[in-house]
Amino acid sequence: MKRGSQGDLGFRLVTGAFAVLIIAIVAGIGAVLTSESWLSIQKFGFGFWKTTTWDPVAGDFGALPFIWGTLYSSILALVIATPVALGIAIFIAELCPASLRMPLVFLTELLAAIPSIVYGLWGIFVLVPAVRQLEIATPQFLKALPLFSGPPLGVGMLSAGLILAIMITPFTSSVAREVLKSVPIEQREAAYALGATRFEAIKAALYYARTGIVGAIMLGFGRALGETMAVTMVIGNTPRVSTSLFAPQYSMAAVIANEFTEADTALYLDALVEIGLVLFAITMLVNILSRGLIWSMTLSFKKASEPAAPPALTPPQPEATA
Amino acid sequence: MKSLSTLAAVACTLALGAGLAAQSLQINGAGATFPNPIYSKWFDEYNKKNPNVRINYQPIGSGGGIRQITAQTVFFGATDGPMTEEQILAAPGKILHVPTVLGADVPIYNLPGVSGEIKFTGAVLADIYLGKVTKWNDAALAKLNPQAKLPATDITVVHRAEASGTTYIFVDFLAKTSPEWKKKVGVATQVSWPVGVAGKGNEGVSGLVQQVPGSIGYVELIYALQNKIAYGSVQNLAGEFVRASVASVTAAAAGAVAKMPADFRVSITNAEGKGVYPISSFTWLLLYENPKDKAQSKAMVEFVKWALGDGQKFAPELGYAPLPAEVVKLELAALAKVRVS
Repeated sequence: MKRGSQGDLGFRLVTGAFAVLIIAIVAGIGAVLTSESWLSIQKFGFGFWKTTTWDPVAGDFGALPFIWGTLYSSILALVIATPVALGIAIFIAELCPASLRMPLVFLTELLAAIPSIVYGLWGIFVLVPAVRQLEIATPQFLKALPLFSGPPLGVGMLSAGLILAIMITPFTSSVAREVLKSVPIEQREAAYALGATRFEAIKAALYYARTGIVGAIMLGFGRALGETMAVTMVIGNTPRVSTSLFAPQYSMAAVIANEFTEADTALYLDALVEIGLVLFAITMLVNILSRGLIWSMTLSFKKASEPAAPPALTPPQPEATA
Repeated sequence: MKSLSTLAAVACTLALGAGLAAQSLQINGAGATFPNPIYSKWFDEYNKKNPNVRINYQPIGSGGGIRQITAQTVFFGATDGPMTEEQILAAPGKILHVPTVLGADVPIYNLPGVSGEIKFTGAVLADIYLGKVTKWNDAALAKLNPQAKLPATDITVVHRAEASGTTYIFVDFLAKTSPEWKKKVGVATQVSWPVGVAGKGNEGVSGLVQQVPGSIGYVELIYALQNKIAYGSVQNLAGEFVRASVASVTAAAAGAVAKMPADFRVSITNAEGKGVYPISSFTWLLLYENPKDKAQSKAMVEFVKWALGDGQKFAPELGYAPLPAEVVKLELAALAKVRVS
């Protein structure tokens, strides 16, 4: 007995230490980033977040174009990738003939295994020229809109968003697929028992799995925020805030990778580290927000499931069944 | 790293004591990426001749090289732009700049239907990169190129995305030929570009230029030669339009000999002399004049002497211009300042 409880205690301590270690690492990263960027924090203060100058010669630095570029490209990637990834996940989990399932799973996961530099090269040689053709073919009345303005360069926000979308699709779709597979079979059986069509049954399953699916989407978003190599090769690397999809822009991870090696003054280096700090903060914020979103959904889900009616049978948008 | 090299020294002494191996020495360095191909060749060739000396070089960029030698985590550094006064003051000891080879930047462009090379001047290049000359048939360009039928297309400016020695040489030339560039943009490994789009590395810049008709960019001479990319000629201080070549780049260094400062921290862009290619530059090794480890110092000085002598013959085949004999003479005299015992 005593031996056993001692083992329990040891196990608890060891696992507890690992958990504390994780917290310590995160806090440590934050602390190091802060102390290493102190010159820049002192000099620019909060203005660093909202100024657009990036002038290494004059020693004047602001992070706004990079924050803008990172968020723009990641959200664009999310908008493009989410429907595709969910489509793949639903097809594989619900509709796909068994013989096709393994090859499809294998192929989507293969996409995740490709190194990002390879995506970048493919981007330069294949995607960018194609996007350039698309930009040339864009009709004049569309080019008058701020969303499509600018000369057709190929490199720019659209290329970055597309390449990121391709890169995050396998992550989102794999997790969403697993989540869908874990929906209890009873859910579907109950739906069919009530006379639901296949489409309605899938919708019920999606509703049941929605917290996990949001988690899958946020996982993709997190990956898009930090992606460096492929983005820097196609985004145009120009620190300018622009709403245009065709304009060359920049991202936080890309500027760190590009300029860190040659940063020759202390302030320049500190400004780059502070970009890292900002990226760290934004990534944390996004994770906290998505966590909050998932929690609030779980909460409302629990409330909804307390009454007799199972949530799976109360699809959120009944009009869509038409 | 310091403790590592001490460890290595201890290990060497032990090995010596045990009579296991001949005295073997490892020297670590870091810095510029631009001379990495020739440095790798040199270290390899030198090691073949002197198996007991192994030189390790990490091409992490000029800024990184200066930082690491200042922190004394490496024995020697390497840079494409000389250290600034501020950086020299930050270093714990006196640092010697040793020019090793020469490189150059060339302007490349994509003008479908235009044959023959385009001629540029520093002032026109600066105006293009300032966004003041925006069309290929601008009067300033047309005047320099009366033979070419320049189209009315927009100029798309391409520059390097990452901070680099290549950019330093290019903007240094622009600053010398255009007061406006000097005032508005300045000189550094990365600047705040008034216009343009950026590609990563020489390959990124040339890739963009090849894809976008009407674009202009700059790449290292070596890169243009190795990839057979056509490039324009540039007017030098003597008024000649010169194409970059190993000979015209070496000529730029020879032209600068008369005004060579004692510490070799000299920019040779827009140098005086005939047949000089104006966007040329030295690349430097950085050595402490009085380093702690005298054994490494002795081996390093021996290596540098070899690199400045026999080693120079490897330069042209790799696309680097060798140093003119006058410069080598000055350097050998300066090397005597490095303490080896």
